[in-house]
Amino acid sequence: MPVKYTDNQPIWMQRTPRQQYAIWLGWFLGVMLFLLCFKVISDNTIWEFLTDAHVQAASLIGRMVPPDWSITGSLMLPLWDTINIATVGTILGTIIAFPLAFLAARNTTPHPALRAFALGVIVSSRSINALIWAILLVTMIGPGLLAGMIAIALRSIGFVGKLLYEAIEEIQPTPVEAITSTGAGNMQVLAWSVLPQIMPAFAGITVYRWDINIRESTTLGLVGAGGIGLQMNAAINNLAWGQVATVFVLIFSTVIVSEWVSAKVRHAVI
Amino acid sequence: MLALKGLTKRYATGDLALDSVDLVVPAGQVLALIGPSGAGKSTLIRCVNRLVEPTSGSIHLDGEDITRVRGNRLRHARRQIGMIFQNYALVERLSVMENVLSGRLAYVGFWRSFFRKFPQSDVQQAFKILERVGLETMIDKRGDALSGGQKQRVGIARALMQNPKLLLVDEPTASLDPKTSRQIMRLICELCAEQNLATVINIHDVALAQQFVHRVVGLRAGVVVYDGPPTGLTPEILTTIYGEEDWTAVQKEDEHAATDARKDVEAALLGGHP
Repeated sequence: MPVKYTDNQPIWMQRTPRQQYAIWLGWFLGVMLFLLCFKVISDNTIWEFLTDAHVQAASLIGRMVPPDWSITGSLMLPLWDTINIATVGTILGTIIAFPLAFLAARNTTPHPALRAFALGVIVSSRSINALIWAILLVTMIGPGLLAGMIAIALRSIGFVGKLLYEAIEEIQPTPVEAITSTGAGNMQVLAWSVLPQIMPAFAGITVYRWDINIRESTTLGLVGAGGIGLQMNAAINNLAWGQVATVFVLIFSTVIVSEWVSAKVRHAVI
Repeated sequence: MLALKGLTKRYATGDLALDSVDLVVPAGQVLALIGPSGAGKSTLIRCVNRLVEPTSGSIHLDGEDITRVRGNRLRHARRQIGMIFQNYALVERLSVMENVLSGRLAYVGFWRSFFRKFPQSDVQQAFKILERVGLETMIDKRGDALSGGQKQRVGIARALMQNPKLLLVDEPTASLDPKTSRQIMRLICELCAEQNLATVINIHDVALAQQFVHRVVGLRAGVVVYDGPPTGLTPEILTTIYGEEDWTAVQKEDEHAATDARKDVEAALLGGHP
């Protein structure tokens, strides 16, 4: 927009000088804010603790190595529980999120009021961490796997619902128009023109959430919602760092496997 | 037979897209709707199958008033009207067969269609139509694996599966090369003759329209400014429809096209056209 004439030559600039100065001012204030925050945090930090941090870390790792493999066998059932919490939780959450996404998407919602309701459910599910859900559920329905599964499901509704309704809003409208013009009913239009277009996104989102849920469900045991976190917590409390290391290794390998599975599934559906 | 009376569409923005259009298209007639961009061609055909709601006027299909029908009666009206799109509008992740069978959706229930359990007669019809449009070897291909011309043939097959009385065609050749454009236009016109369909084709390519259609209607700013045979499109008429331009060049091409059409064979047409 800003074109300046020098010797009758039009000179094009991206911004007017005023805009340019405003941007520099913005950067200046940003850097000042960063330095201020740095000072506040620094004043609140006991730097003496940091001077021997590397010694502490080395000592902790030293106590973790070698891992105490003797407990591996007894960890298998909790690990299986963890995977089950993640998988059942993801399935439950997805079953609820799927219709919600259609209610929440601007182009498929039957009524604005239903859209507002669906968005409300999605936002409230997303605003609470799975661990918090687990704490609430353990107090409500007692400790165990069920609390963990429901916690994971409640958190997944928002994640899957939001990403899925965004995918629905991004579909191409012309196939929808075409199927509508054949005289198909509303549900047929959804099943024949919207659903095929969102299937790759749907598969990707679900498997990605499952992947996240495997990692999240390893911590749920900390608050009594079942799974391997309980064993980890016990080991930490006993200062049995070799056992903690074994748990870490098991979680790590599980996550690697889930990563591989989700990559395979996503590849297969596209 | 399609009959429009005083069809008017004013969009919520206040734009008057159609201004009291009267039009009768008898069965078996292929009508080309020409006019500049924004003249209301697309709005007109979308009003007919009610993808756009007309503001006033009436639409009769074989005597039945379909201007205000809702619900089941609207779906019943729509299934008698096949529509072919500029960008094919296939469901690209479905197979050719599924795309063609989707033309039967209004004839089967939700669960049957969901599990792809179409009646055998529908499947047989699909095979027949696919053979007619020359795609019998492409049945299991996915929509996104086809070329533009093939996609448009699937679009045509889908529309024909509805056993329509009326065919609405929106810029069928705008995304196709000149040779494929002619093949597609020829196919549409042949099928209309075979099945005695009333057909409305929106088209930008005046020369192509003149080569194939029975009747031309010129639309300008939502008003019909020409209605007559393709041969009646003189430079003066084209100026009324589109505005001032040197039309003699187009006229010459028309003559070429007419001779070529008589001689037939696409090869002759391939190089000869813009």
